[in-house]
Amino acid sequence: MTQADFDAFDAALLNEDDGEGEAVEDGHYNLRLYVAGKTPKSIAALRNLQKICEEHLAGRYRIEVVDLLERPQLAAGDQILAVPTLVRRLPPPLKRIIGNLSDSERVLVGLDLRKEG
Amino acid sequence: MLSTTADATARSAGSTLPKAATGISGFDDVTLGGLPEGRPTLVCGGPGCGKTLFAMTFLVNGATQFEEPGVFISFEEASEDLVQNVASLGYDVQSLVEQKRIAMDYVRVEKSEIEESGDYDLDGLFVRLGYAIDQIGAKRVVLDTLEVLFAGLGDTDVLRAELRRLFAWLKERNVTAIITAERGEGALTRYGLEEYISDCVLLLDNRVENQITTRRLRVVKYRGSAHGTNEYPFLIDDQGISVLPVTSAGLSHATNDEAVSTGVASLDGMLGKGGFYRGSSILVSGTAGTGKTSLANHFVDAACRRGERCLYFAFEESPAQIVRNMRSIGIDLEPWIASGLLRFEAARPSLFGLEMHLAKMHREIEHFKPDAVVLDPISSLRGEQGEVHSALLRVIDLLKSRGTTALLTNLISGGHATDSTDVGMSSLMDTWLSLAHIESNGERNRGIYILKSRGMSHSNQVREFEITKAGVQLLKTYLGPNGVLTGSARVAREAAESAEQIRRSEEGNRKRRELERRRAAVKRQIAELQASLEAEEDEVSEWLTQDEAREQTYLSDRDVMATRRGAAE
Repeated sequence: MTQADFDAFDAALLNEDDGEGEAVEDGHYNLRLYVAGKTPKSIAALRNLQKICEEHLAGRYRIEVVDLLERPQLAAGDQILAVPTLVRRLPPPLKRIIGNLSDSERVLVGLDLRKEG
Repeated sequence: MLSTTADATARSAGSTLPKAATGISGFDDVTLGGLPEGRPTLVCGGPGCGKTLFAMTFLVNGATQFEEPGVFISFEEASEDLVQNVASLGYDVQSLVEQKRIAMDYVRVEKSEIEESGDYDLDGLFVRLGYAIDQIGAKRVVLDTLEVLFAGLGDTDVLRAELRRLFAWLKERNVTAIITAERGEGALTRYGLEEYISDCVLLLDNRVENQITTRRLRVVKYRGSAHGTNEYPFLIDDQGISVLPVTSAGLSHATNDEAVSTGVASLDGMLGKGGFYRGSSILVSGTAGTGKTSLANHFVDAACRRGERCLYFAFEESPAQIVRNMRSIGIDLEPWIASGLLRFEAARPSLFGLEMHLAKMHREIEHFKPDAVVLDPISSLRGEQGEVHSALLRVIDLLKSRGTTALLTNLISGGHATDSTDVGMSSLMDTWLSLAHIESNGERNRGIYILKSRGMSHSNQVREFEITKAGVQLLKTYLGPNGVLTGSARVAREAAESAEQIRRSEEGNRKRRELERRRAAVKRQIAELQASLEAEEDEVSEWLTQDEAREQTYLSDRDVMATRRGAAE
């Protein structure tokens, strides 16, 4: 794990003043990654996610990281149980993928970017 | 009485294992104080056996009675549904949530909506739980039903490790927790949660026997504490949950020398003390239509007249029907009901099982605190003979320990009361009145006799009684050559007696008249004699008067003569 990973994590963190549900162009992906602390699992999940997005969604995605240790009140809203959980908020329908996203095939299936099988 | 012992035990056990009272009546007695404080308890049972309600009651009571806020994490039902469901038990969870005394969170786990990719843990759940606990300063936590996670998440190894961590974490947070789980085949829980939670395990059960369901609760284990080991019946209704401790009250109840009226004056006269002993148990047995209910209501009426509280468990008739029927024999129960002295609890015996009836009666008695209780009739309580017997034993024990007079009616199928009434029942009863149809001369008439009455002399006579517009009335006894005369034989005898009496009184009258006549005759004779005497007296005095006059005349004549002679001299 490198310093760059940490920086990327911090950069992606959802801030208090970030607007909710801002207009997103058609075909844009609004992804939220819920984690609990800056753990290796969290960092790995973000890194895996960014990689997948760059490969398949370059230029039309946005990732917000929610650290539940800091903002626990957000856990119930998106029905977070396991961490890390990736939630595809847009486009609808809402999708959930749990785990460190190491299996990119499953992530792509989960994000409806690839049909299963 | 039970609660005081439980309190005492809770205090003495307090030094070893602190307990969190559930506030569920009966349960805290069985567990000698409640659930282990600061530890998780596993509540397992099949579907619909009341796990969720038990857990919710624990939270609601904690919030309302013990100043312990609680968190309800539901994995099965949305919070709104849950709030609605428990409203039927009289819980206003919504306002408790608004007052921040209860926090609810619905964790939805739907396998089809979750894709798994790589390692994960359940920190999300921990965060939510921790957040909810911190929000309201919770001391109690319910996880209902955690096992849903097994269906929702694929990796059971991770899940098991996480659950182990969760229970350790709950202990660390020092919250008293209830974790509910489905009953598994041949095991306590489907996913073996009992492996992780070993402090306290409760098993709820909902069994159907003879088409009647009975809820039961058992403390399977309770580490570090004594506890009742039986299966205890429990109730869920609009007043929440109550567990009935099966423990017998023993035979230490105080006795009472005071007698209370049976409500029928002539029946009081048959009992040496002028009634039943207060706090005793009375059995009124008889075949159909012998007047058991009427007699029971006389007793109730008399008790209410004395200003005592009566609780009437009617198993066959509706209260309205009893009130109407009793009005027809001159007993007006309405004012007693209106003033709250008399309360009817009517329930079909088939509505719930015996244990449920028992639990319900137990609770009503604790709640209403009656001076007298009527069970009408006990014969309609269904179940195995032995079970009925032990259930009644427990009710009677309870009533005796409270000093409550109990009158039980028993419908028997015919023949002698002793033939068809469980002999074991007899030993529980202090007084046993037997009502019977006496069949003779093509008639059925009602007879009553006292089979036994402990601790007092009593009449040995079979008395005929009538149910009239003015209630039950015992009639005079006429002994015939074949025993007590009843019905028209009695009436005939009565007629014969009254004819004889008329004859006798006419004879007397005739004699009186004769004497009168004689007296008049004698009086007349006396008057006649008196009259003749008076006549005689009159005659004599007349004569005397005339005689004197003559004398006078003679004397004067002589003087005249002398003068004349003197002149001549």
